[in-house]
Amino acid sequence: MNIFINKIKQYQFMFSELVKRDFNKRYKRSVLGILWSMIAPLFQLLVMSFVFDRVFGDTMEHYTIYMFAGQLMFNYFREATDNGMQSITSNSGIITKVNAPKYLFLISKIMAASINFLLTLVIFFIFVIAYRITITWKFIFVIFPIICLFVLIVGTGLILSALFVFFKDIQYLYDIFTLALMYFTAIFYDVKIFEGSIVAKLIYLNPVFVYIDYLREIVLHNTIPAFSYHLYCIFYALFILRIGMWMYKKYNYMFLYYI
Amino acid sequence: MNMIEVDHVSVTYILGDIKELSLKEFFIRKLHGEVITKEFKALDDITFHVKKGELLGIIGSNGSGKSTILKVLSNIMPASAGTVKVNGVVAPLLELTAGFDDEMTVKENVYLRGALLGYTKKFIEDKYDEIIDFAEIRDFEDVAFRKLSSGMKSKIAFSLASFVKPDILILDEVLSVGDISFKAKSEQRMKELFDSGVTTILVSHAIEQIREMCTKVLWLEKGHMRGYGETQQMCDEYEAYMRGEHA
Repeated sequence: MNIFINKIKQYQFMFSELVKRDFNKRYKRSVLGILWSMIAPLFQLLVMSFVFDRVFGDTMEHYTIYMFAGQLMFNYFREATDNGMQSITSNSGIITKVNAPKYLFLISKIMAASINFLLTLVIFFIFVIAYRITITWKFIFVIFPIICLFVLIVGTGLILSALFVFFKDIQYLYDIFTLALMYFTAIFYDVKIFEGSIVAKLIYLNPVFVYIDYLREIVLHNTIPAFSYHLYCIFYALFILRIGMWMYKKYNYMFLYYI
Repeated sequence: MNMIEVDHVSVTYILGDIKELSLKEFFIRKLHGEVITKEFKALDDITFHVKKGELLGIIGSNGSGKSTILKVLSNIMPASAGTVKVNGVVAPLLELTAGFDDEMTVKENVYLRGALLGYTKKFIEDKYDEIIDFAEIRDFEDVAFRKLSSGMKSKIAFSLASFVKPDILILDEVLSVGDISFKAKSEQRMKELFDSGVTTILVSHAIEQIREMCTKVLWLEKGHMRGYGETQQMCDEYEAYMRGEHA
């Protein structure tokens, strides 16, 4: 038991050092580096709202916030999974020489992206306040889709990092996949335009959209979605996590033969 | 008491197509049943036991499986068959500079690499000055690691690793580093470590070192046990074999 607790303590320290490293590497340890990583999505938001406000702005209140919510969540998903994909291979020098659980390297990479996400989230709420949206107690529930998204990212990361060890071209395939996923995420358009068609249903098969939808319900409509919708959210996150864990468990011993 | 029990251990690597295939090709070939995998036995039926306080040397020519057996003992790589029993805390020092990050400062690297070596945060905080002073790089604490000379890098890496307090020490040719004066210092440090009653497994190509230090020797050749026993006899046989090989 004591050994077990020591192990956790040990890995905790190792993990925090890895997160520090990954975060510094990403932002080149400069305030400007962090700033840049937030300016890019804000600029993207500016351009998109300028263009699409003409199309959708009339039919929707707070269109910029609507789009920001979608972009915020989707970018987090794409960035974190993209980084996570290479976590095993980019740490191969350590993994082949040091005995440590390999998932630590993945989660560390995801954490570095999460810090960036949280900073952008702060800006998002500054926008929310600037648009004179009243913040109520219901806003606490914003944390729910974020946790679900995090679990989904870990699950996806487990799948991708395992695949990437074996097949390097997964990188390009995943790029195409995320591009398609983006258009199926209703970031800048309203799902209502597909109402009645099969597309509207298909979009709900996309967990990233489901979480964005949840966030929008709270921020734009001040409503907490139905209880069943929560189960739906949790189901997606756990389902992908389960697949990821299964792949990791089944193939993780083989990583060493490949990297 | 046996600190290490290795019984009939084999490690099989997978070679062949699968390593170079893209995902697309993999599926196409899988459909046609054309994925060819070859297996390669890096270790084949290895058995040995190491008692407490013993110093086992592992010798053999390149590609004989020496590093693989160390990875198996360190629990980095699983054995494909057989059992490995290890009683106690293992410190694998397979490559001293593994985990050092070029962009980070020396100080940050001490913490990162220390964590990977299994040190606690408190331990590093307490020993930090000692580590830096032993490596003689006090003036370079806040310099990016990549700016150090390779000698300095190996000094700090050695210094940091030499604070391990394991039951079992696993070494892959990392006994002494640096210039002459540092070599003497690092050898002294290793002697202290061996004398503390630690059980050691050492891979080396320096036969003289093996003769001098080891209590037993395991000789591997192409993944097989070529010999296992008394140090001088094993080293004599190995040297005779190597001379014959190159004659």
